[in-house]
Amino acid sequence: MRYAMAIDTKRCVGCSDCVVACQTENNIPIGYCRDWIVESMSGTYPELQLEIRSERCNHCSDAPCVRACPTQASHVGKGGIVLVEETECIGCKACIASCPYDARFVHPEGYVDKCTFCIHRVEKGQNPACVDVCPTHAMIFGDMDDPNSDIAKLVARRKWKTLIPEAGTKPNIYYLL
Amino acid sequence: MVEEIITSGRMTPEVDPILHIWGWEIPLYLFLGGFAAGILFFSALFTLQNKEDRYSMAVKVLPLAVPVLLALGLGALFLDLSHKRYFWQLYTNIRWESPMSWGAWTLLLVTPLSIVWAASWIEDLFPKLDLRYDWLKQAIHMIRDYQKPMAWALIVLAVILGMYTGILLSAFNARPFWNSAIMGPLFLTSGLSTAAAAIALLARDHAERSMFTKIDLVLIAVELFFIIHLFMGFLASTQVHIQAAEMFLGGEFTVPFWVWVVGIGLAVPALLEILELRKRGVPTFVPALMVIGGSLMLRFIVVEAGQASRWLY
Repeated sequence: MRYAMAIDTKRCVGCSDCVVACQTENNIPIGYCRDWIVESMSGTYPELQLEIRSERCNHCSDAPCVRACPTQASHVGKGGIVLVEETECIGCKACIASCPYDARFVHPEGYVDKCTFCIHRVEKGQNPACVDVCPTHAMIFGDMDDPNSDIAKLVARRKWKTLIPEAGTKPNIYYLL
Repeated sequence: MVEEIITSGRMTPEVDPILHIWGWEIPLYLFLGGFAAGILFFSALFTLQNKEDRYSMAVKVLPLAVPVLLALGLGALFLDLSHKRYFWQLYTNIRWESPMSWGAWTLLLVTPLSIVWAASWIEDLFPKLDLRYDWLKQAIHMIRDYQKPMAWALIVLAVILGMYTGILLSAFNARPFWNSAIMGPLFLTSGLSTAAAAIALLARDHAERSMFTKIDLVLIAVELFFIIHLFMGFLASTQVHIQAAEMFLGGEFTVPFWVWVVGIGLAVPALLEILELRKRGVPTFVPALMVIGGSLMLRFIVVEAGQASRWLY
C-alpha cells in the first residue's frame, strides 16, 4: 500500500480552505501550517501562465528526513506515511534541514511537526481533512499501489508532475496539469 | 525573458523566508569539535613517534584543554535542541544512515577517552603533584601503560570526529551549498590547522613552534586547494548548485568569505608564516590568531550559507 495525493492544478483556486481545515483538524498553533498555497506565475508577458498549488509534505518514498533523524522519531508509518513521534524527537532539526520542500517546522512545544495525511482520519477510512473540505474537489487521496483506486486511475489518465523529482526523494504528491 | 514569480502565504517561523533553524550553537560546536579533533590527532601522532618530549605543548599540555572544548561544544549542541528533555533518545538509538547519530556516538567515545588521555600526562606535567589517593595513583600508572594503543584509537577517532563536523552538513542533499563531498575533508583540514596554529601560539620551545608553523602552512595550502575544488564542483553541477556557488561569487557571502575566511583567515597568515619561518620578525601569535579566527568564521559562514541555499522557490 502506498498512500498518495493527486492535486488538480486546473481545479485549485487557491482559496486556502485546505490550509484552514488542516489547522483546525490538527490544532496547529497560530502562525504555523502543515499545508500551504503557492501561486506560480510564469512565462513572458502577455503569454503568462498561472499555476496554483496546495503544497504539503510529499511523504517521499525515499524520505531524507527519516534518514537524517538520529533517534527514529521520524519514521515511515502505515502506507508509507512519514510521521514524527513526539516523545522520541530531540529537536535537533536535522530533518528540517534535510527536507527540500521545507515541509517541517518546530512546534512551539519543541518537537518537529508536519503533515500526517491526517492518519487519525485515514485509519477510520476517512480522507485527510484538506481533501474533504476542498470546494472544487481538486484533491484526491488514495492508494497508488491499487490500480483500481480513483487516484491511480486519475494519475494514469492525466498529465502530472511531482515537485523537484531531481532531488531524488520519490515524492508522493502528484500535481495534475 | 521567461520568468517565474512565486507567491506563498506560508510564513513558518525559522523556515520562511529563508531557513534559519541553526544559529550560533551549531557552527560553534563544529569549530570546537574540529579544534579538539586536531589537538588529539597531533598529540596521538607525536606520541606514536616517541616525540612527546620534543613537542610537549602538542602532546602533553594542549590535550588538557580537549575535555573542556568538547564539553563546551556539547553544551552548545544541547542548547540548540528544541526538545531538550528527550535528548537521551540519542543514546537509545543507533542510526547508521544519520550522521547526527554516529556523531553523537563518536562523541560518547571521544569525550571520556580524551579525559583519560589528558590524565595520562598529569605526572609528566606536574611531577610534584601529590595525588593523595593510592587508587588514583595506581589508575594513572595503569593508563600510562596503555598510552600507545590509546594513541592509535585517538588518531582514528580524531579523524572521524574532524570529518564528521563537515559530513554532518554535506549529507543534506536539500541544501545545495552543503551538499559537497569536499566539506568533510575541508572541515578536517581546517580543524587540524586550527590545532596547529594553537600549538604554535602556545609552544614555548622554538623548535616546536617552527615545526607547527610549517605544518600549519601545509594545511593552509591543502585547505585553499579544497576551497577551489568546492567551487569548481558546484560550478560544474546542477543549476541549484551553481546558484549556491553564486552566493559566494558576487552574492551576499562574497565579502565575508573571500576577505575574512580566505584572505585574513588563510592567505595573509600563510604569508606571515612564511616570513616568520624566514626570521623576518613576525610574532607567532599574529598569524596563529588569524588562522583560529578564520576557522571559526568559516563554520559560521558555511552553516549560514547552506541554510540560504535551496531547491524550491
